[in-house]
Amino acid sequence: MSLVELREVGFSYNENDTPALKNISLSIESGDFVAIIGGNGSGKSTLAKLLNVLLIPSSGEVIIAGMNTAEEENKWKIRQKVGMVFQNPDNQLVATMVEDDVAFGPENLGIPSPEIRQRVDRALKMVGMDGFQKHAPHKLSGGQKQRVAIAGIIAMEPECIVLDEPTAMLDPRGRKEVMETVEYLNKEKGITIIYITHFMEEAVLADKIVVMNQGLIYNQGSPAEIFQDIAGLKKVNLDVPVVVELASGLRKAGISLPGVLSIDGLVNNLC
Amino acid sequence: MLTDITIGQYIPCDSPIHRLDPRIKIIITILLITALFFISRFTGFAIYLAFIILIVIISRLPVKRVLTGLKPIFFLVVLTLVLHVFLTRGGRVLWEWRFLRIEEAGLFTGLFMVSRIFLLIMFTSLLTLTTSPLQLTDGIEYLLTPLKRFGVPAGELAMMMTIALRFIPTLLEEAEKIMKAQMARGADFESGNIIKRAKNLIPLLVPLFISAFRRADDLALAMESRCYRGGEGRTRLHELKIKRSDIVSLIISIILGVGISFF
Amino acid sequence: MLIEVKNASHIYRQEQGYKALDNINLTISDHEFIGLVGHTGSGKSTLVQLFNGLIKPTEGQVIVDGIDITKDKVNLKEIRQKIGLVFQYPEHQLFEETIFNDVAFGPRNLALSEEEIYERVKEALDLVGLDFEYFKNRSPFNLSGGQQRKVAIAGVLAMKPEVLILDEPSAGLDPRGREQLIELLDYLHHQQGVTIILISHRMEEVARLSTRVLVMNQGRLVLDGPPEEVFSQVERLREIDLDLPEITEILWRLKEKGINVRTNIFTIPEAVNEIATELRRLKPC
Repeated sequence: MSLVELREVGFSYNENDTPALKNISLSIESGDFVAIIGGNGSGKSTLAKLLNVLLIPSSGEVIIAGMNTAEEENKWKIRQKVGMVFQNPDNQLVATMVEDDVAFGPENLGIPSPEIRQRVDRALKMVGMDGFQKHAPHKLSGGQKQRVAIAGIIAMEPECIVLDEPTAMLDPRGRKEVMETVEYLNKEKGITIIYITHFMEEAVLADKIVVMNQGLIYNQGSPAEIFQDIAGLKKVNLDVPVVVELASGLRKAGISLPGVLSIDGLVNNLC
Repeated sequence: MLTDITIGQYIPCDSPIHRLDPRIKIIITILLITALFFISRFTGFAIYLAFIILIVIISRLPVKRVLTGLKPIFFLVVLTLVLHVFLTRGGRVLWEWRFLRIEEAGLFTGLFMVSRIFLLIMFTSLLTLTTSPLQLTDGIEYLLTPLKRFGVPAGELAMMMTIALRFIPTLLEEAEKIMKAQMARGADFESGNIIKRAKNLIPLLVPLFISAFRRADDLALAMESRCYRGGEGRTRLHELKIKRSDIVSLIISIILGVGISFF
Repeated sequence: MLIEVKNASHIYRQEQGYKALDNINLTISDHEFIGLVGHTGSGKSTLVQLFNGLIKPTEGQVIVDGIDITKDKVNLKEIRQKIGLVFQYPEHQLFEETIFNDVAFGPRNLALSEEEIYERVKEALDLVGLDFEYFKNRSPFNLSGGQQRKVAIAGVLAMKPEVLILDEPSAGLDPRGREQLIELLDYLHHQQGVTIILISHRMEEVARLSTRVLVMNQGRLVLDGPPEEVFSQVERLREIDLDLPEITEILWRLKEKGINVRTNIFTIPEAVNEIATELRRLKPC
């Protein structure tokens, strides 16, 4: 049984509107790192909210670890299993001190105080924010705030973290920090990651990419497969990484090159 | 400019006063402020002042910052003094010029009231100077817990206070940014009469409210996704525990408070 | 329109001792397209706010059109009309009930006639590609994020600035939105002779558009020159941990591996051409 399973899911915010999602079927295994990409209004954020029971499908069903999100009694169990990090780092931190913010989730779960302490310190260490326990969130950089937000989820010990464009408001440095943290959590800690983004350089790092367009899954596969279709990506209003476009140009110019996704890959293959 | 409010702002330090349990500190503050109103002689005030100075010393607060923090109340103190000195009648006439007259009772009451206001504010700000907003909220929450039976949502109130404290700096920052953005479009926040100025604030206030609501929406979603279901069944990272030093401080304060009321 | 900054330093009161700007000397002339890059907190935003008097330097002078705007009693309103500033996420400053009124806010503050205001609003909305008749009476709050951004930019354009400063204007836009924005900036620069100062983390954008690149680090201006020149200072840029445009990065890496390609190229077709030619000549190692 997959950890996350969507069966023919449709969703409309209002009955008369065009649906935000149409007939989506998708399954995500435990330990996967899946990137979901798509232009503005493609339905990717709606999809994220369905996984965390912030929304319930209008048709079809979402099953998380065998639990249907439509059933009220599963709501809190699912939210503990699937944590969610949002786009704006400022608007998801609750407390005036980093450690209190990270403790917020465990406090809600009713974990006893000494264990919360351990979880908080462990989570902060995992995101590289150890030593910031007593800092005020509003004085941190965007990347640091986002890592604190991730720690706040980790402290709830979820199996899966959904990140909804966590780097959209960050500078390149902050983006790098968040990406490194996410990769570490997936590769070293085995946490399932569902990463929604419109930065292709980030999507490339995932094991699998799902491309959304106008409420539908446009394409899915490994990064190498997805980025072969340059014209298709441009059609659905997505960037193509410079490396990929350059490599494709070189191939057309008669230089033999395997599919490359990173600068390192390109340079090493050319030399 | 908007972030200049200094009265009673928490000064982090490691001192016995800082370490006291916030509940005890709140109780002591209430107790001694009540006592302040029973004092009828200046000797009482002198002892009270000595006590405050002692606390300042023990708490290792920088005296200069404590005093500059009191600046905003200077106007209030002077106004009280002037009103009482010139308006309260009784006793010998000390000084007279045309319609202005100072009588003994006026001078006495004036100085008395000023001392009281001064000590009141001094003492209350000691609480906030030595207790972080977070501890303060925790303390208030615990003290309100018995009232839960009467439907007072202590946990929710404390959560509201925490969130307010968390978002004040963020919103102030945002206000400054919006103000600058509108000034870049030629908005004028500094001149004109009161009505005009109030009207000129619209380009600042509307975006600020919209942003506050957007943040509130986002935050509510984030809190819900982190399993927040109200105060029921929540545990806390920092559990408050009464230590021996808390008991001792409380006893000293009770003795002082009761004793001083007889002066 | 000449902007001169002389020995300017700035210290924010709250963070004592920390210099947001440290002895900046800079002259910006007509018709330049300046790309301003640097890390968050390097002083970029503070610097551009000096230009229109939103911030006064704690030391030094800022001279706009021969007037020292750091002096008291300077008519800053006039300066701010000439030097338009689009802040980061400008859509957050929208406040009027209709798009027309929001765009008209700046011109109204200039006390222009209603006809003139009407013309300017129309022109500004045309420039950003929003249909005037369709949008004028609508609420700005029902638009998509990208459209709101356009309205906000139109609000600054309606003041007809001679210098336009934009702080991360493409943040959060999709490729199509970014392309439209780049076209707009290009048009303003080439067709209307507007001087543009663009703050951006997107080095490709900066390399492609600018005639001059300024690099800031820790309050100082560390590099200043045409993009080819600035982006060839690879060591210096890596030292301050700043990204190169990706194409430049690739070309440099190839050069370091012994493939002798030119590195002053900022478009993909040119880069493909250069690499292919060079590889054919060399035969890959």
